[in-house]
Amino acid sequence: MRKMLSLTALVGSLVAASTAQADITIGFVTSLSGPGASIGIPYGRGIQAAMEYKSEVNGEKIKLIQLDDGSDPSAATRNARKLIEEEKVDLLIGTATTPSTIAMMAVATELKVPMIAVSPLTGQPNPADQWAISVPQPAALLVKIVADRMKRDAMKNIGYIGFSDAWGDLVYNGAKAAETDDGIKVLTNERYARVDTSVTGQILKVLAVRPDAVLIGGSGTQGALPLLALGERGFKGKTYGTVALVNPDFVRVGGKAADGIQVSAGPVIVAEQLPDNHFAKKLALEFRAAFLKANNVPTTDGFSAYSFDGWRIFTSAAERALKTAKPGTVEFRKALRDEILNTKELPGVHAVYNFKPGAYYGVDERALVIVRLVNGAWTYQP
Amino acid sequence: MTADIAAILAIDGIATGAVYALVAIGTVLIFTVTRVIFIPFGDIAAFTALTLAALDARQLPGTVGLVVVLACMACLMEVVSLARAGELRAVPKAVLGYLVLPLIVVGIVWLTMRFNPPMPVRIVLALLLIMPISPLLDRIVFRPIADASVLLLLTVSVALHFALVGLGLLFFGPEGVRTEPLTSMAFEIAGVHVSGQTVLILAAALVFSGLLFLFFDYTLIGKALRATALNRTGARLMGIRPARAGTIAYLLGSLMAGVSGILIAPVNTIFYDSGFLLGLKAFVGAIVGGMASYPGAALGAFGVGIIESFASFQSSTLKDVIVFSLLIPVLLWRSFASQHSEEEVEE
Repeated sequence: MRKMLSLTALVGSLVAASTAQADITIGFVTSLSGPGASIGIPYGRGIQAAMEYKSEVNGEKIKLIQLDDGSDPSAATRNARKLIEEEKVDLLIGTATTPSTIAMMAVATELKVPMIAVSPLTGQPNPADQWAISVPQPAALLVKIVADRMKRDAMKNIGYIGFSDAWGDLVYNGAKAAETDDGIKVLTNERYARVDTSVTGQILKVLAVRPDAVLIGGSGTQGALPLLALGERGFKGKTYGTVALVNPDFVRVGGKAADGIQVSAGPVIVAEQLPDNHFAKKLALEFRAAFLKANNVPTTDGFSAYSFDGWRIFTSAAERALKTAKPGTVEFRKALRDEILNTKELPGVHAVYNFKPGAYYGVDERALVIVRLVNGAWTYQP
Repeated sequence: MTADIAAILAIDGIATGAVYALVAIGTVLIFTVTRVIFIPFGDIAAFTALTLAALDARQLPGTVGLVVVLACMACLMEVVSLARAGELRAVPKAVLGYLVLPLIVVGIVWLTMRFNPPMPVRIVLALLLIMPISPLLDRIVFRPIADASVLLLLTVSVALHFALVGLGLLFFGPEGVRTEPLTSMAFEIAGVHVSGQTVLILAAALVFSGLLFLFFDYTLIGKALRATALNRTGARLMGIRPARAGTIAYLLGSLMAGVSGILIAPVNTIFYDSGFLLGLKAFVGAIVGGMASYPGAALGAFGVGIIESFASFQSSTLKDVIVFSLLIPVLLWRSFASQHSEEEVEE
């Protein structure tokens, strides 16, 4: 009898173990240390908020394993391998920097595991063998929305100043692409390095073409440097930028000089000001509540929201994939990949997502709103 | 390019040049006394800015950890080398100098921070905290190889810079900082707007160059430092301690780097790795001055600042290329014009 009992217990535990095995396992990589940590930490907090928001799909529990890549692509590669080969994850989510994200994607493609990238990806995927999608708005779209706003504000001559790096190039090329005969004209291409102490020379050159508006292709705190120099010279025109400028330090450093700048950003930045019928309004407020509950601090950035949207894309795809396969199997991974690439009109806090094979991005112009800095606070400009 | 624009660019260039001048003078000072081209100089300036920002935010700065770690290492090395030489009587004095003094400085900072001191006091605290770093590094890294060739010292110096950048990331984190302006005054000089900060930077550079000039020409310690620079062995025979001379040079140099760090902190966002480019441009200025004369180094640094300013107007993408390309003709001219000293020939 005792033997019988222990045997039942053993069988019972085995059954329990096999159902525990059927949990959906997610491997999440972010940069908690290294130069990417300032955005990697918010990404991590965003995932915690997402777990708080939804921790099971169709009754299946989700198991989350988080690793740090130290902002290093080779560590991200190792992490991706470890998660797939040892932890047998069904899906990868990551990471804070583009080079590391691309490195992870290579592993995911090789080992045939779907991946949701929370950083921008470059290049074009092969539609026949695509395992990754990317959540954030592409740079070209960020600039296009700003250029459209400039046209609407009847700006003609635009002065441009940006970083002397890839980001500065992206913003400049995006602005150049938006030029039309009767619309805006980008007249300067001034650059400065992130470590520069002064942009007086560049700003004089920008002002020499008598611009109606100045477009800033910088990011974060150092994005405020041209604005401070413009303020010193008494520039009275309008200023424009992109979401790369949106962080508390930019507002603090820019002070009065940054006031009035208009940037294109995801709607989540100004969630509470959106009209009630906006797709992101209710979701963004739910996200903020979940974020506060999970991290005990309010959210101040747009990065954590990318993690949250990635989670939404995954859970909606998983609901459909679970109908055909069980978690932990090769079939489930393939079904999950197919369903992610089959996402239709899924609202998130940043965008409405539509994915299809052959493109990493799945956002359109609804993913961006124009916000203006008024007295140190971002305000929605319909 | 109109006269107005040229005037604005010149003022801007002079302000940038003044910061480079401070660092360049410090570089020359340390080089003439110890023959070390102290590459981490810019890092010391950046660390000062980061320290001040941490103090402004009412946090204990990462510099404290750095100083404590370095003090322990330096003290250990000194005690071991004294024990080997059989001079155990000198051990208490060494412990006092290398361990207790830096710890007292840290203690002062820690105590003062509890009373929310005003801005001038915070600046003094930041300078106090930064001062021990260079002398301690000297004891740990350069003293054991003090008689090596200039090239070896330079190589070690570059390695030290990379080590310091790593430590900077560890102690200060990846975020950049910017402090409040020291003054919000502004002047109109002949129709050109000049900010009070610019005037402060310029004044600091001039005052420090003047003080150094007086120090080296009219005080005994200054003359002893110069004697050490010319000939270590000869100076020792005259009763000058080369080691002590080096420590004094590093202390003075740290002060210069610290002051320049505090002056640029409100003008620019400083990251843990911002120091390298600052130090490099100052080094170009010092090279123009032949690594030997303070007025020459200061003039060279001002030249670099002004050229940088005009280059950023003419072709902003190639600005740094233009600045560093200047080195080539200057080096050519220097190497043809100067006599090679016997000291550099391999013995």
